[in-house]
Order: sequence, then C-alpha cells, then structure tokens
Amino acid sequence: MFPPLPNPTTAPTPPRFGDQDLIRRSASTVTPPAKRQTEVAKLIDVSKCIGCKACQSACLQWNDMVEEVGVNVGVYDNPHDLTPASFTLMRFTEWENPETKNLEWLIRKDGCMHCEDPGCLKACPAPGAIVQYSNGIVDFVHDNCIGCGYCVKGCPFDIPRISKVDNKAYKCTLCSDRVAVGQGPACAKACPTQAIVFGTKDDMKQWADGRIKDLKSRGFKNAGLYDPPGVGGTHVMYVLHHADKPEIYAGLPNNPRISPLVEIWKGVAKYAGFAAIGAMAAVTVVHGIFSGASRVSPHDEEKAKEMAEKPPAGENA
Amino acid sequence: MSVTNERREVVKGDALEKGDPVVEPVVVVRYSTAARINHWLTAGGFVLLALSGFALFHPSLYWLTGLFGGGQWTRTIHPWFGVFLFLGFTGLFLRFWRVNLWSPADGSWLKNIHTFLAGDEDKMPEVGRFNFAQKAVFWWMGILILIMIGTGVVIWEQYFGAYTTVEQKRVAVLVHSLGAIVMVCILIVHIYGAVWARGTMTAMVKGKVSGGWAFKHHRMWLRQLARSEKTNHVRTPTGTPAE
Repeated sequence: MFPPLPNPTTAPTPPRFGDQDLIRRSASTVTPPAKRQTEVAKLIDVSKCIGCKACQSACLQWNDMVEEVGVNVGVYDNPHDLTPASFTLMRFTEWENPETKNLEWLIRKDGCMHCEDPGCLKACPAPGAIVQYSNGIVDFVHDNCIGCGYCVKGCPFDIPRISKVDNKAYKCTLCSDRVAVGQGPACAKACPTQAIVFGTKDDMKQWADGRIKDLKSRGFKNAGLYDPPGVGGTHVMYVLHHADKPEIYAGLPNNPRISPLVEIWKGVAKYAGFAAIGAMAAVTVVHGIFSGASRVSPHDEEKAKEMAEKPPAGENA
Repeated sequence: MSVTNERREVVKGDALEKGDPVVEPVVVVRYSTAARINHWLTAGGFVLLALSGFALFHPSLYWLTGLFGGGQWTRTIHPWFGVFLFLGFTGLFLRFWRVNLWSPADGSWLKNIHTFLAGDEDKMPEVGRFNFAQKAVFWWMGILILIMIGTGVVIWEQYFGAYTTVEQKRVAVLVHSLGAIVMVCILIVHIYGAVWARGTMTAMVKGKVSGGWAFKHHRMWLRQLARSEKTNHVRTPTGTPAE
C-alpha cells in the first residue's frame, strides 16, 4: 500500500508555493526562480480503478461546484463529457481484447495532465491567465481569463471548458490550493482503491514501476507508464495495462504534442504578420518619397472642362 | 451652394498649386451621400475590428484591450464588430460590384503598372470608374471578409463553440490571424492610394471631385458621364449640367 498523505495540521501554515515559483506565465515573461521546487505528480493506476466516481464527487465538493442533473443515454459516463464544473470524469470503455477474446472494462479518469510544456499556456493571449509553477502544476487564474477559448485549441488532450455563466475557462487545478498546504488532491484522498496516488514525480515513477512489474507478472505484457515525452512529460501519469495502445482508453492520445497549427499560429505567424504589415507600410513610405504625390494639373482641368462642354459625339455611352 | 464655393472646396489643396493659372474647374459627383455613409461606417468598423483583434494577436498589443473595457469586453465585442463590418461591406458590395467587374482594359493596365506607380498616368490606358488596383482592393477585401467571418464564427466560442471540433477551430484560428494580416496590408494600400493621388479624399468626404481629377485618373468614366444626356453628374462652371 502506498503510504497515504498525513492529515493536515489545524494550525494555519503559509502556502508552500506561490507567484515567486512561476516558471511560465501566459502572454508574458517571468524570471524563473533560481531553484525549482520538487516536481509533483498524480499517478492514476487504471488497472486498479473500480469506476466508483468517488474522485468526481470529491472534485466537485472540494471545488464547490454543482453539476447539472444529466440524462442517461445508456453509458456509464456521467456527465457525458468534461464540463466547466466537472474537472475530472471517469470514461468507460468496453474493449474486446483480440488476443484473449476477453471483454475488458477500461476506466480512465480523464482530466488535465499538467503538461511540462502546456499547450493551453502557449495559446493563451491574456497575460497571467495561465501559469505554471515550478512544481509542475498548471493553473488557470480566473481573474485574468478573458474566455476566448484559445486554451481549448492549444490543449492536446481537449481538457479546458469555457463556462457559459462567467465566460471563463475551467479545468483541474491538481488541487493547487490543497498541495500548497501539504495535502494531496481531493480525488486522491477520496479514492478507495489507491488507484490515484499523489507525491513527487520521482516517487510516482518508482511506484508505477512496481505496479507495472506486478501487471506484467499477471500477463499484461504491454503494461507501462503513460508520461508522454511529446509534451515534455506530464504531472498526471497513468499506469496502463495496454500502454502500447493508449487510444483504446477512450481516445487517450498515442503521442500527444502541441498541434503544429498552434505552433505556427503562436510562432512564425506573429513575426511574419508584423513583418508583412511593416514591409507594406515601408513600401508605401518609400514610394511616397521617391514618386511624390500624384497631382492634378491645371491642364487636366482644362481638358475636363472641354470634355464636359463638348462631349465627344458619335460614340455610345 | 454656389458653384464658385464648390470649386474652392473641391479643388483647394488638391488640384491647384500657388501660381498655377486659375481654371474654373468642372465638378463631378463621384459618390452619393448614402455610399459615403456606408463607406465610413464600414471603415470605422474595420478600425475597431483591427484594434480589438490586434489586442489578442500578440501580447505586446494586449494593452489595446483597455480601449474596449478590458480583456473580457474585447473578447465579447470583437466578433460583433466583425458582424458590423460584414454587413457594412455587404452594402458596399451590392452598391459597387457591377462597376468593379473585370474588363479587358484592366489586363493592359496591370501590364503597365510600373508606369502608373512612376506617376505617368497619362501613358496608361484610359480607366473607367475604377482602375485595376481599386478593383483588386474591392474583390480581395470581399473575399477576405468572407474568409474572416467564416473562420470567425468557428472560433466564436461563446455562441458557436459547440458546433466544430478542436482541430477545425485550430485551422480556423490560424487562417483568421493570417487573413487579418493580409486585410491590414490591403488597407494600408487603400489608404495610401487615397492620399497619394491628391484630390481623392474629397471623393469620399464630400462626394465630389474636380473634373481634372476625373480626367487624369478615370478618363473613360468622365467621357461617359459627359456623353450621357440624362446625367447631371458633371457640372460646368456656368452651373448647367453637361449636355
């Protein structure tokens, strides 16, 4: 058993990280702290999940959110997708293993992966609306959010949701407010099977190794850790029994990365755009200087008068 | 309004230099009042659209959101400016699409564009109501506005976020930002052209140009106006419509 985090003290404690620990800030630059905090991570062991949705309830409760009463369309997913209130969601997949012909019930807890290279932060146009702390947590600062939805386009995992109530983006915070005072995320606290554990990223990788060895000994020869390098690794990781094909887990991306479209949009397009506008302005200035204004001469006026008084006859108007 | 006053207004600072012999010029009506209101509303929409769009284009221009009441307001109002521009340009399009149709003379005009840019417009083929460059601005603006409103709706998260996939939104937002750049470049050419060819501003401000201006830049158009019996668009200094 993974040792659970100790219960918090009742005495007020100063937060363990804050603005001084930012390593990235959307649409602005920060001076990164001299010393990076120990990276944290949440490990979700899909093979141990029983689909009870305690994590979803704990998430709603801790974040003081209320999900709308939904409708049953014959699947276990409830709600049907991530919402501005539900930062996490159990996604259920019934998968027939072609090798064993067994039906496997794959249950993945979806939510923000807290990428080391966050696409949402890259896409965000509002200074300080998305921040990344040196412990790896990517957080939305709602006071600065303008609700444009660029983070939705930047995210390789389709996680952020824009609220129709206040037009701001919402997603899992990795319970940054709890972590700041030495507690683990609410979902990890509520998980009855320890399918969700929380700790330093190194500890989580080590713990995952043990789990993977165990799974392999039970015949899951492709068991492995999902810590995708395309986004620099993540601070939410999965242990998957079929790590060779993550897409069977309700479309978990096989090799997630920030879309090249987003890279172009947020990279070369900006510079090319400014360059094009600047060049166009420069061309007109240069032309203006060297060619001079095009002026109407008195001769033109005379000719026009002639034409008006004696319109050329014979031609059709 | 007397003809003399009109002359002074139209020609002042444009056609006459100090010391030039004073020629009582012909006054030519170029744009109706409705067309000018339509144009300037569209132009105002463009400026607001560009300012609010640039605010979200690059962090160094985010301060422009202050003009619109902050980031949330800028995000809210930018698409509505877009709708406004779209409607405004639709009005201009319905007004002017016929006179902007391609004519064979445009081809030979384009071949001699260097002569035009050098200021030797007399050596150019005669031009009707609009020259090739003006037509190009008209059509490219029209095409780009269609592209911008199309992609703009796709990324209008507040009302249309649910109707497209994330990948479609990514394509739309990239095309939208590139289209905006091209539109601003065309706008620069449009404004420069109006300033460079002196006497052009009065066309859109007062609706009238001097006969000399029409003779120099749009001779075929002036010829047609003068020939037309019904028109009273050309007024000679004696105040009678050309016959």
